[in-house]
Amino acid sequence: MSATAAPTQTSASTTEMTYLQAISDGLRFEMARDPAVFCLGEDIGAFGGAFKVTDGFVEEFGPERCLDMPLAESAIIGVAVGAAAEGMKPVCEMQFADFISCGFDQLVNVAAKLHYRQGVAVPMVVRLPSGGGFSGGPFHSQNPEAWFLQTPGLKVVAPATAADAKGLLISAIRDPNPVCYLEHKGLYRHVKDEVPEGEHIVPLGEARIAREGTELTVIAYGSSVHLALQAAEELDEDVEVLDLRTLCPLDREAILGSVRKTSKALIAHEATRSAGVGAEVAALITEEAFEDLDAPVRRLTAPDVPIPFSPPLERAVLPQLDDMKEACGELLAY
Amino acid sequence: METSDASAVVDGRLRDAVGTHLTREDRANLFRYMAMMRASEERALTLYKQGKVPGSFYDGRGQEAISVGAAYVLAPEDRMCILHRDLGAHFVRGVTPDRYMANYMGRVGGVTEGKDGNMHFGDRRLGCVGMVSMLPDMALVASGMALAFKTRGEERVAMTFFGEGSTANGQWHEAMNFAGIHRLPIVFLLENNRFAYSTPNELEFSVDPVERAHTYGFPGVNVDGNDVEDVFDAARVAVSRARAGGGPTLIECQTMRMHGHGAHDDMRYVPQEMFEEWGRRDPIDRYAERLVARHDFSVEEVDGLRSEVAAYVEECAGKALDSPIPDPAQATAGVFAESWEPLGDGEAPWSHRGRNGGGANGASMAASEGSSA
Repeated sequence: MSATAAPTQTSASTTEMTYLQAISDGLRFEMARDPAVFCLGEDIGAFGGAFKVTDGFVEEFGPERCLDMPLAESAIIGVAVGAAAEGMKPVCEMQFADFISCGFDQLVNVAAKLHYRQGVAVPMVVRLPSGGGFSGGPFHSQNPEAWFLQTPGLKVVAPATAADAKGLLISAIRDPNPVCYLEHKGLYRHVKDEVPEGEHIVPLGEARIAREGTELTVIAYGSSVHLALQAAEELDEDVEVLDLRTLCPLDREAILGSVRKTSKALIAHEATRSAGVGAEVAALITEEAFEDLDAPVRRLTAPDVPIPFSPPLERAVLPQLDDMKEACGELLAY
Repeated sequence: METSDASAVVDGRLRDAVGTHLTREDRANLFRYMAMMRASEERALTLYKQGKVPGSFYDGRGQEAISVGAAYVLAPEDRMCILHRDLGAHFVRGVTPDRYMANYMGRVGGVTEGKDGNMHFGDRRLGCVGMVSMLPDMALVASGMALAFKTRGEERVAMTFFGEGSTANGQWHEAMNFAGIHRLPIVFLLENNRFAYSTPNELEFSVDPVERAHTYGFPGVNVDGNDVEDVFDAARVAVSRARAGGGPTLIECQTMRMHGHGAHDDMRYVPQEMFEEWGRRDPIDRYAERLVARHDFSVEEVDGLRSEVAAYVEECAGKALDSPIPDPAQATAGVFAESWEPLGDGEAPWSHRGRNGGGANGASMAASEGSSA
């Protein structure tokens, strides 16, 4: 696999839409195409979901395919596992990514291990509205991707653009494995780009070069991609931004290819620092591309603390644009 | 034993129906499967004591009537999540004892080919999704299969088992609640074997779990879990109701775990008189006596069934011992699926399936009584 500069498969016409609209569009496309696809989650029916991803779905597809669940995350995940084993393609919505903790057992012990243990494929998606920046506090702001990456059997995706939000969701739904789909809440209405109409597939496991450069690679995903792009523009430097798009399977070739070109790497994510994606990618680079490096691999992440509520405290924890510019500047000057 | 109003209705139906759905060959089969479970577990325990089983060892001694009697009701296209005291259900659905013993020994011939041990298996080709250690996770997985059947308008049923210990866990509530809301075609078999590992009933709950069934909107039935025909009849009514759209049933089977939680457990916490009392109610010996006393079997015939099963299990043990050990290269294979494949169908040996009780008559009767919610 290698990083691509443009969406992998693009239909003739595109429509500008938000990240949130693109998720709905991808979901709607798959539900119309495949009667086995259905959604289940809390308040996703008449209310259309806490963030309105499934707004209008009940009218369009009926209550059985946009199933309002009781407040029971184990039931959402566990029922999806059984339905998936029987040929359905469930798309679970966690109202907030944080709440997956209540359904964690079903995800990591049942869904993730069924194929390895018993040969039972579990084609299901768990949508996880993640990320902070809105005073959501410690239980509505987390970025839990590292929890899943320590669980063999789960795939993990984290789109940064509207086009990828649609294309990765369609791929996740068609994948025969459980896929954790991290949708950053901060991107829902703030990110808007051209999204291919109809079928649009972004394969899992392929990173994307979001900005080409030769002096430094910023390896990012989700909201951090936009922070990196903005920093690169404002610094007006020759910075490459690699959008991972999928965290498992990781596009190792794309990471190594870019770092071999620029010889410097900054890994940026909003999730906490220790044993996170940044640590994994840094280890990969030092193991495989040590000879190509001109500077230490650096990370820009949240510190190892819960996400605090009060705006000044939260800003102090979540990486900001100035932090990104500073981190890039230090490496460029190294 | 006290039961809910709904279960009293079912019990009445049960009493009327007992004995009308099993042929002579069915009864021989019920006996065979129970004897096969007992003999296989005894043989596997020997393998464990000989050091041929890595890890730990668990069995369902004394509980054979439950998994055999319940699974015997099912149609091929029905689905199961079978738990660790329920080896008989695997046998009814078509797993052979050699694959069970090879699984315990971590051999290629085991159901999981060495990927998982002891009773943590289910043959997907025979319509089973294998259990995990966390209890009662499979109650939700089975509910998901039942949801798929209901959504697609299929007359199929999911069945799963759990011990009374599981009823203390929140996921049990989530499964019962969800199954009740959607009147799912599912049958929950609760095996009250008196202890959750070492913890007795009185420290597990203050209300018998079967009483909770009607609060979830479906019937709960209390049966003698050491009487294979009692279990069979309760499961038959429950499966008929589920198949006809009448929703779930919780069947609590009163029994006793006659061995420790695992082979490492000396059961010091069980009073001796309790063993003696339940020993007199052994499900296999009782059924042997009943076949002779009430169903025109001769003692020789029953003994013949026992020795036929014993010889078969011994042959299977040899096959399991001959099964190769796994290639270490396989340790990293199969984490992810390349494609989805449908689960296969299980064997369904009940002679009357699709006729009395399994078909339209029994189903409509069950549907009309299933409105207690």
